[in-house]
Amino acid sequence: MEKLNLVSELPARTDGLGRRSFLRYAGGAAVIGGVLASCSSPDEVVSKTPTNDLSKYAGGRMGNGITVNLGSGELGILNYAYALEQLEAAYYEMVMMNPYEGMNAMERQIFSDLRAHEQIHREFFKAALDGAAIPKLTPDFSGINFKQRSVVIDVARQFEDTGVSAYNGAGKFLQTEAYLLTAGKIVSVEARHASILSELQFPNGNAFAGDTPIDGNGLERSRNPGAVLAIVAPFIQETLTSGLMA
Amino acid sequence: MNLQNILTELESVDGELVDRMAHVSRRGLFSSLTRKAVAAAAPMVMASALTNAYGQGSTLSSEVVDVLNFALLLEYAESEFYNMGAMSGLPVPMENREMFAQIRKHENAHVRLLQSVLGSKAIAKPKFDFTAGGAFPDVFTSFQTYAAVSQAFEDTGVRAYKGQAARLRSAPAILEAALDIHSVEARHAARIRMLRGNKGWITDNMATGLPQAIYDGENITHQLGIEVIGLTGKSRAEVTEAFDEPLSKDQTLAIAGQFLAKN
Repeated sequence: MEKLNLVSELPARTDGLGRRSFLRYAGGAAVIGGVLASCSSPDEVVSKTPTNDLSKYAGGRMGNGITVNLGSGELGILNYAYALEQLEAAYYEMVMMNPYEGMNAMERQIFSDLRAHEQIHREFFKAALDGAAIPKLTPDFSGINFKQRSVVIDVARQFEDTGVSAYNGAGKFLQTEAYLLTAGKIVSVEARHASILSELQFPNGNAFAGDTPIDGNGLERSRNPGAVLAIVAPFIQETLTSGLMA
Repeated sequence: MNLQNILTELESVDGELVDRMAHVSRRGLFSSLTRKAVAAAAPMVMASALTNAYGQGSTLSSEVVDVLNFALLLEYAESEFYNMGAMSGLPVPMENREMFAQIRKHENAHVRLLQSVLGSKAIAKPKFDFTAGGAFPDVFTSFQTYAAVSQAFEDTGVRAYKGQAARLRSAPAILEAALDIHSVEARHAARIRMLRGNKGWITDNMATGLPQAIYDGENITHQLGIEVIGLTGKSRAEVTEAFDEPLSKDQTLAIAGQFLAKN
């Protein structure tokens, strides 16, 4: 098990979406874009546990014609994280600029905190990557009704769930100790976000650590980069490519 | 290998089983078995399949064994704590019962998983004293105390796993599983913090009424040699919230050791 090349043998251990995505992308296709709608998973409905299907919030993505290459190796993983943090930060900036109807004081505090944390993550990666950083990305939230509480919380929770699965699946590609540790410092904060958002959406149940993101062994279902990039593609106007594992 | 087909067929049989099978069967162990044979044999082959997926016993490096046994010790403590909480007559408010049942389910699953991977190298479960030598005498009669100790275990667990991740780099499948546990502990921690009226995330090194050692070092603001305050205009408190910090093995044992029975 100590062989590093083992990694290339691992299918994405995730929900139905991940397994299918793995097959779809296993050919090594690096161009990701606009394919999410076909990936929804029919087999993850659990009572009182939210489902994960971000595709229904996709706008009519036209894209802006720009292609951004995340790169490969550790720098590629760091740019991948930077891209996800850009998306999350932009989302919470929109939420706080257009608070949904009936946002109470507790929710306002939570979303303010989430915005701050993701902005901090974003700026941290930008500074750490320095000259190797990808450019600023342009979000596409045209399919999201920011006035509706249930929509805003549902999308936020799914972005966080996706982010956790992404960091968990990326750790094995980080051989530099400091990078792996730093990713670990961030992913648990994302998991805290996911937990609290799940609780807002489905109070007093088991959704905070529900059976959709977590499997029967008590393991969060991680995703490889290709599967994650397919999920977030509709929400980013640039087309992201990478040499990262599909 | 046609594992994918087997898994797809099995999904209609038992979703959780399929999870477990998918999890452990990366190496194609089941490729030569029929669907029926897999369904019938699944419970018995799980342990060996885990071995196959992660390696076991003599195939694990001593460092990996050390990390996994350290994790197992923490999971023993957590699972025993929640099992006792569920069976002790502790008055848990109705609206929190499902929450604690879910956490308990996960901690017991973590114990089983780690035991399976470690096989004969797994340490035995020690005896615990959840009053911590009398510091929490009402831990199983006062829900407030129980919730406080729960937060202590979960936040400590997050920090402990984080501190060990780098030692698993030689075993990518095990590293990934450890990270997959780590985030589950963080979900638990945030929820129990919320229940206690705290933010889900850790501000500075605020101990929220718990022993300070659990949160020592959570207040640093530099990452990868970069001072993060000033990059964003965000407050120092927010910067500390945005990054969770690790605990070393010794720091963790100093905290968890208080819950080991003294005799």
